[in-house]
Amino acid sequence: MADASQTLGIYRRLVGARLRSDLQYRTSFVLFLAAQSLVGGAEFASIAVIFSQLDALAGWSVAEVAFLYALSGLAFGIGDLFISQVETASDHIKAGTFDRFLIRPLGTLLQLSAMEFAPRRLGRSLQPIVVLAVALTQIGVEWTPAHIALVPVTLASGVAIFGSIWVLTSSLAFWTVETQEIANSFTYGGNTLTSYPIDVFGSVLRRIVIFVVPLAFVSYLPAADLLDKPVPYGLPRGAGWAGPFVAAALVLLARAVWRLAVRHYQSTGS
Amino acid sequence: MKSARLYLEVGRSTFRRVTTYRAATLAGVVTNTVFGFILAYVLLAVFRERGTVGGFDATDAVTFVFVTQGMLMVIGIFGNFEMAERVRTGDVAVDLCRPYDFQAWWLAVHYGKAPFYLLFRGLPPFIVGALVFHLRLPPDVLTAFAFLGSVALAVGVAGAYGFIIQSLAFWLLDIRGPSQVGWIVAQFFSGSYLPLVLFPSWLEPMARALPFASMIQLPVEVFLGKHHGADLLGVYAVQAAWLAALVAIGRVLLARATHRLVIQGG
Amino acid sequence: MSSHPPAIELERVSKTFVVRVRAGRLRREKRVVRAVESVSFTVERGSMVGYIGPNGAGKSTTVKMLIGILTPSAGVVRVAGLDPSRARTEVARHIGVVFGQRTQLWWDLPLRDSFDLLRHIYRVPETRHTANVGRFRELLDLGPFLDTPVRQLSLGQRMRGELAAALLHDPEILFLDEPTIGLDLVSKEAVRAFLHGLNEQRGTTVLLTTHDLVDVERLCDRLLIIDQGQVIEDGSVSEIKTRYGGERTLVVDLVEPGPPLNVTGVDVVRVEGPRQWLRFRRDGLTAAELLAEVTSRVAVRDIAIEETAIEDVVRRIYARGRR
Repeated sequence: MADASQTLGIYRRLVGARLRSDLQYRTSFVLFLAAQSLVGGAEFASIAVIFSQLDALAGWSVAEVAFLYALSGLAFGIGDLFISQVETASDHIKAGTFDRFLIRPLGTLLQLSAMEFAPRRLGRSLQPIVVLAVALTQIGVEWTPAHIALVPVTLASGVAIFGSIWVLTSSLAFWTVETQEIANSFTYGGNTLTSYPIDVFGSVLRRIVIFVVPLAFVSYLPAADLLDKPVPYGLPRGAGWAGPFVAAALVLLARAVWRLAVRHYQSTGS
Repeated sequence: MKSARLYLEVGRSTFRRVTTYRAATLAGVVTNTVFGFILAYVLLAVFRERGTVGGFDATDAVTFVFVTQGMLMVIGIFGNFEMAERVRTGDVAVDLCRPYDFQAWWLAVHYGKAPFYLLFRGLPPFIVGALVFHLRLPPDVLTAFAFLGSVALAVGVAGAYGFIIQSLAFWLLDIRGPSQVGWIVAQFFSGSYLPLVLFPSWLEPMARALPFASMIQLPVEVFLGKHHGADLLGVYAVQAAWLAALVAIGRVLLARATHRLVIQGG
Repeated sequence: MSSHPPAIELERVSKTFVVRVRAGRLRREKRVVRAVESVSFTVERGSMVGYIGPNGAGKSTTVKMLIGILTPSAGVVRVAGLDPSRARTEVARHIGVVFGQRTQLWWDLPLRDSFDLLRHIYRVPETRHTANVGRFRELLDLGPFLDTPVRQLSLGQRMRGELAAALLHDPEILFLDEPTIGLDLVSKEAVRAFLHGLNEQRGTTVLLTTHDLVDVERLCDRLLIIDQGQVIEDGSVSEIKTRYGGERTLVVDLVEPGPPLNVTGVDVVRVEGPRQWLRFRRDGLTAAELLAEVTSRVAVRDIAIEETAIEDVVRRIYARGRR
C-alpha cells in the first residue's frame, strides 16, 4: 500500500501547487466562488418557485425535493471539484499539450485531475451543504443507524457516479475533440434531473436513469428508501443501498474506457 | 450609409464563422434537447396539479420550454468573452483607434450569430420535442412574424447587456466571476429556468420589470399567441425601451473606460 | 562494450497513420501516411547521438515512439530494456525529455517549486534532490531566477530550467528536441557545454533532435539521418564527413596577386586580389602536400584551411536521398 500512499502524496502536492497558483488571483477566486454559489441558488430558487404553486410534486413535499436537490447537488459539487477537470483533456489534445502527461511516470487521469484542480469550484458545493443540513431536519425520517449511514454512502456513490460519467464523456475527446459539450448534457443534465423525483419523468426516461445511466442511485432511490416512498418497476426495497455497487461498476467501466481512449491516442497521434 | 455596410459585413462574416462550428452545434443541440425534456416533464407534473397558471396551460408550458431551449444560444444567454479577451490582452487598443463605433461593432457580431443559431439550435430541439410532447405552434402567420420581430429585439437587449458585462473587463481584467453572476441572474429572471408566470405573485411583477424578461419570456409569450394588437405593441415598446437603455448605459461605460485608458496610457 | 543492454533499440519499427483528407464538398478520402518505415538502430549507453532530417522526415514520430507517446504500428522498441508502449510509466523513470518549444514546468510557480514537485513525482530522495539542484544551479547558472515564476523567465532562462528539470531524477537517457532553438549565442554555448559535461561525467545517453548543425558538430559522436521515414545514414560524424564531405579548401594569401594556381586535382573556386581559395579532395591530396606544392611555385604570406561544413554535407545527403 506504500504505492497508494505515495500516489496520494503526489496528488496532494500537485493540488497544492494549483491552490497556490490560483490564490495569487484572490479577488477573481472569491468572485467565482460567489458565482458558483449563485448558480446553485438559482436552481434551488426554481424548486422554491415550483412549490409556491404546489404543495407536493408527484407526492414529494418541498423538504423531500430539497433533500433530493441537496444530495444531487453535493455529489455533483464534490465531483465537479475533484474530477470534472478531466474534461480539459480535449483542450490539451487540441493544443498539443497532452503529450506532457505521457512523459511522466504517473497515470494520465491522476495528472489531469491534480494539475487542473480548480479550487474555485468549491463554490458549487457550498449551497447544497446548507440545503442538506436544513432538509435533513425537515424530512420525516426515523433516524436508525442504517438510515443515518445511508446518507454518506449515497453521497459517496453519487460522487463516484458523476465522476465516472465525467471520465466516460471526456474519453470521447480522444476520438472526436469537438463533442465535449455533449458531455454536459449527461453531467449538468444529470444534476438537474436528479434534483427532482423521477416519477415526473416519462417511462422511457425513468428506465434509462435506472438501468442505463444509473443516475437514479444518486438521489432518488436512496431517498425513496429513507422516506418510505413507493419504488417503480418492482425494484426491491433497499435498492437505494445498491448505489455503491452500481458506482463501483461504473468506475471500473470508466477507467477501462479511459485507458482504451489513451491507447487510441497513442496509436493515432491525435 | 457607409458604416451600415460595414456592420452588415461584420455580421455576415460572423455568420460565416459560426457556420463552421459544426460538431459544437450538434453537441449543443443534444444538450438543449436533453434539458428541454427534463424541464418539460417537471412542468407537466406542475400543470397536472394546477391546470392553468397565469394564462398558461400544460401545452403552453411545454412549448415554452422547447422554444426557450432553442432561443438560449440565439440571444447568447450563456455569455461571451470575445470582447473581454481583447481587453485583457490589450488588443482592444487597436480596435478603439479604428474609425468605427466600438459598441455597434460588437452588436453587429452578436446579431451575425443569431440567424444561424435560430435555424440550427432553435429548430432541432423543437422538432425533437414535438415528436414526444404535444407542442403548440403559433396560431397564425402574423403571430409567427410577430415572434421573429420580438426575437430581433430580444437579441439586441441581450447583446447590449452582454456588452455592459464585458466592459467590466476594462476595470477588472478577469471578468469570469461577474460575468457568471450577471448571466445567471439574467437566465433566472428571463424565464429560461421556469416561465415567469409560475413565479409567486409578489415576485412576478418585479421580474417583469427587469430587462431580462425581454430576452426570453416576452418573445416566447408572443410565440404562444399571448399578445395581440395593442398588447403586442406594448411588448415591443418594453423591449425597445430596454434595448435603448442598455445601449445607452453601455456607451457611458465605454466612454469612461476609454477615458481611463487614455489617462493611464493603456 | 559494457554488459548492460543498449540504451535504445529499434528493430524494424514502422508507424503508419491513416489520415482523412477532405476531397471535394462532402467526401473524405483515406490516405495512408508512412511516417516511419522499418527503421532499425541501436544506441549504446553513454553515447550522444544526433538525429536529424528534413521536416516531415519522421524524426519526431520516432522520438515519440521511444518516449511512449506513440505506439508503433510494427517492430520492436526498447528503451532502457523496456517496451515504452507497454511499460510507459516505468520507462518514464529512466528518461528525461526536453521539448524545445513546449514547457513542462508549472507556469505560475517559481522554478524552485517546479523542481520540488518533480522530486515528488519521480520519488527522488531528498538528499539526492538537493545535491542535484545545487549542481544544476551552478552548472546552468540558475541562481538568479530560481524563485522567479516560470512565466516571467526569458527563453534562455527557461530552457536552462527545463534542462535541469528533466535531469533531476538522474535519468539514464535524455531526449532533446530542439533544445537550442531561439536561444542567443551565449545561452546556446552554455547549453552545449552543459550537455557535453553531462555525457562525459555521468555517462548519460543523449538523443538529440535538432536543425542546428552546430549542435551536432559540437556534441555528437554519432549521426543518424532520417528522410521520408527511413534512416539513410548512420555513422560517426567524421565518417559521414569523409564519405560525403571529402573536400577541403586551402585559402592562400599570396605576397603578390597572381593568376589562379594550376595544380592537378585542385579547383580554384575563388580569387580576390592576393587571396585564392583552393578546393581539393581529401582522398587525393593532403593539405601538407598541397601547401608544399603551392609554396614551391609562389611566395605565400599566410594560409588557412576550411573544412567542409556539416551543413553542406547534410544538404548533399538530403539531395541524394530525394533523387
